[in-house]
Amino acid sequence: MLRYLLHKLALIIPTVFGISLAAFAFVRLLPGDPITALAGERGVSPERYAELVERFGYNRPYVVQYLEYIGRVLTGDFGISLATKRPVLGEFQALFPATLELATIALIIAVLIGIPAGIFAAVKRGSWFDQATMGVALTGYSMPIFWWGLLLIIFFSGYLGWTPVSGRIGLQYFFKPTTGFMLIDSLISGKSGAFRSAASHLVLPAIVLATIPLAVIARQTRSAMLEVLGEDYVRTARAKGLAPRRVIGLHAFRNALIPVVTTIGLQVGTLMAGAILTETIFSWPGIGKWMIDAIAKRDYVVVQSGLLIIALIVMAVNLIVDVLYAVINPRIRVQ
Amino acid sequence: MKKKLTFAAALLAASVLGGMANAKQLVYCSEASPAGFDPSPWSGGNDFDASSRTIYSRLVEFEHGKTTITPGLAESWTVSDDGLEYTFKLRPGVKFQTTDYFTPTRDLNADDVIFSFERQWKKENPWFDYLAGTGWEYFAGMGFPDLLKEIVKVDDLTVKFVLNKPEVAFLPDLGMDFASIVSKEYADQLDKAGTRQQFTQKPIGTGPFQFVDYQVDAVIRYAAWDGYYGGRQKIDDLIFAITTDPAVRAQKLKAGECDIMSYPAPADIAGLKADPNLKVDEQEGLNIGYMAYNTTQAPFDKVEVRKALNMAVNKQAILDAVYQGAGQAAINPIPPTMWSYNKEVKDDPYDPDAAKKMLTDAGVTDLSMKIWAMPVSRPYNPNAQRVAELIQADYAKIGVKAEIVSYEWTEYRERGKQKDRDGAFQLGWTGDNGDPDNFLFLLGCDAIGQSNYAIWCDQEFEALLQKGKATTDVAERTKIYEEAQVVFKREAPWLTIAHSKVFMPMNKKVTGFVMDPLGIHRFDGVDVAE
Repeated sequence: MLRYLLHKLALIIPTVFGISLAAFAFVRLLPGDPITALAGERGVSPERYAELVERFGYNRPYVVQYLEYIGRVLTGDFGISLATKRPVLGEFQALFPATLELATIALIIAVLIGIPAGIFAAVKRGSWFDQATMGVALTGYSMPIFWWGLLLIIFFSGYLGWTPVSGRIGLQYFFKPTTGFMLIDSLISGKSGAFRSAASHLVLPAIVLATIPLAVIARQTRSAMLEVLGEDYVRTARAKGLAPRRVIGLHAFRNALIPVVTTIGLQVGTLMAGAILTETIFSWPGIGKWMIDAIAKRDYVVVQSGLLIIALIVMAVNLIVDVLYAVINPRIRVQ
Repeated sequence: MKKKLTFAAALLAASVLGGMANAKQLVYCSEASPAGFDPSPWSGGNDFDASSRTIYSRLVEFEHGKTTITPGLAESWTVSDDGLEYTFKLRPGVKFQTTDYFTPTRDLNADDVIFSFERQWKKENPWFDYLAGTGWEYFAGMGFPDLLKEIVKVDDLTVKFVLNKPEVAFLPDLGMDFASIVSKEYADQLDKAGTRQQFTQKPIGTGPFQFVDYQVDAVIRYAAWDGYYGGRQKIDDLIFAITTDPAVRAQKLKAGECDIMSYPAPADIAGLKADPNLKVDEQEGLNIGYMAYNTTQAPFDKVEVRKALNMAVNKQAILDAVYQGAGQAAINPIPPTMWSYNKEVKDDPYDPDAAKKMLTDAGVTDLSMKIWAMPVSRPYNPNAQRVAELIQADYAKIGVKAEIVSYEWTEYRERGKQKDRDGAFQLGWTGDNGDPDNFLFLLGCDAIGQSNYAIWCDQEFEALLQKGKATTDVAERTKIYEEAQVVFKREAPWLTIAHSKVFMPMNKKVTGFVMDPLGIHRFDGVDVAE
């Protein structure tokens, strides 16, 4: 198991370097630059432009800039935001709990609904339930997040008045964050109604963010289950006279779980990407909105370091998923 | 209605339970997060709303809702005959805010004023570089490093600014956000503690509200400053709920989650006006949307060609389709609400036949050109792509083939400055100090490569521009600028498109909010009915 883990870790190192290089190059390949972006319509004179390029060090060769950047990152220094002048890591730490909270709730919704829906669709293959579930899943998968989010806001918040429009908690609740997770902080605060307010603010963004992963998980679960349900051992289990629930739950589902877990792991990346739009619509103060703002301002430091940190997190989650495989299926460890 | 009652009940219950009973609060749905709370390093309107106009004050202030200058932290001032020395008498007894992170031991004095400018000006000032990579863009952009010779402390409550050259817009410049006065005592305290960064994160000023808390990208909280020299505000708590999407801001306003919002989308205005709980204030914006020809490139170097192209454009169609009635056709490069606007100047008439003839007479046939369309919506031009399409269709009627080009926003402006840029370039401007020079400088020879996208350097216009800057008498300046507008119209470096209206939707219970021609959102003097 340890060898397996070390092997996986060894693969991560070149990936991290690759991503750091890609993030560094990506932001510089974007048209425009931070100095022009910061100057706005007023513009900046060529002399002033040259002075600022010099000050930021953007006139040096890319190789030098990259090596200096990666050197700093290796010592834990992710740089200072060009726009806000605050340390990138500090900004990330302040905002990440909001994204993590939203993504976790969204993933829970996606798994709790997606897996049972996929199983039932597979078991009742060809039924109206199967067709309806897969139809809804396809619709969910194809839905533009921005439009979907706005639609939910207009209907549930505007028309019905059931949920708040945006934000993380009602403005009447004011307390210093302890963990950064609003559900937990609102409980700790001891203020009456705070938890309820925080939870109600989570509902719509979590549903919006969960939509695509839910669709993917449901479809993946269904196809994995269909494959397994046709296997000999399932037929044997049935022939032995095991209860259908036992056949599906113990024999079929357990074996169908590997591709499903893989899919869930991969959804972490999807959630991070989806968070960008979801957070923008719902004014959710997380890293998605932060990255969008940074790209608009050509804040090189935030974009390259932010992408790297996000990639590190996604890789860490994927590593955990890999380890989970090994736990679920011992053959993987041997391979 | 039920929803409103539920929300109001919840708010009331929470206020009582939270010990905030009777606290009067105003929630403003703002459009973006501030980069920081120091009013000088940044240049975004949202940065200013969150810092300079709430927390800080300036030597002089713009009269609420106007562009005229009134005394601020300076209760009076004198200007030397040669226009080179401005002596300000500071208001005595002005208190800096007392918070849980700073307790001032003295009132505002000349040291604070000198520090506020020198930190942006003198590289040897230890605060010049307190934020990595700060360029003090506004200070530099307004030409202050070249303009200022020295700032002298005459006594504790008297400061003298000595200039290198006369600058008539100097007083309005001092009313601008970057010229906000900060506390030297607070800066010294942070210096000693080695926590300079806190200067922009936990601000201290002399303005109507004091900073309470900022949850990044989410909520900014302020409280009325009891010691404000202009008197304590009627509202106790001011809250900025940062909401980037205009459609979501509108929904929040309708749902009662905020009391007032900035920059509604044009499409939402009718719906907001129809809501019985809301009102929508509107004002002529101090702005202009224009299209600049590259006057250095043939055939746009010929006045007749530029005039002909101007005459081919049906501005009314643009106003109807793009501004949706919320704008007026622009004739001059400055808006009609600004002093020195020349009413005598007539717009180029919409006359495609005459335009076509003028082009032929100028020897231009089969003209193919580019129309540049900004990729973003701005108050002065909500949809540049649509404007470009309408102009393209108008040009087609006179036999001019136009191709619409657009680039990412920063790239767009960079490419627009290129000397060999082809065609006509859409952009605009929103005034920031109410002085005509603040618009006309866009066409100055010095602004080529910066903000002069027509790459137009007309000696007659430039001479008037410089003369206007060196003249103190307003009547005389008015004449100079009126003449400059005549030259501008005659030479037609731009197609002046429109001046737009600006809207401010708010709950009917909000009173005392005055729309500002400079686009500032000020909350001093605002009240919320119980």
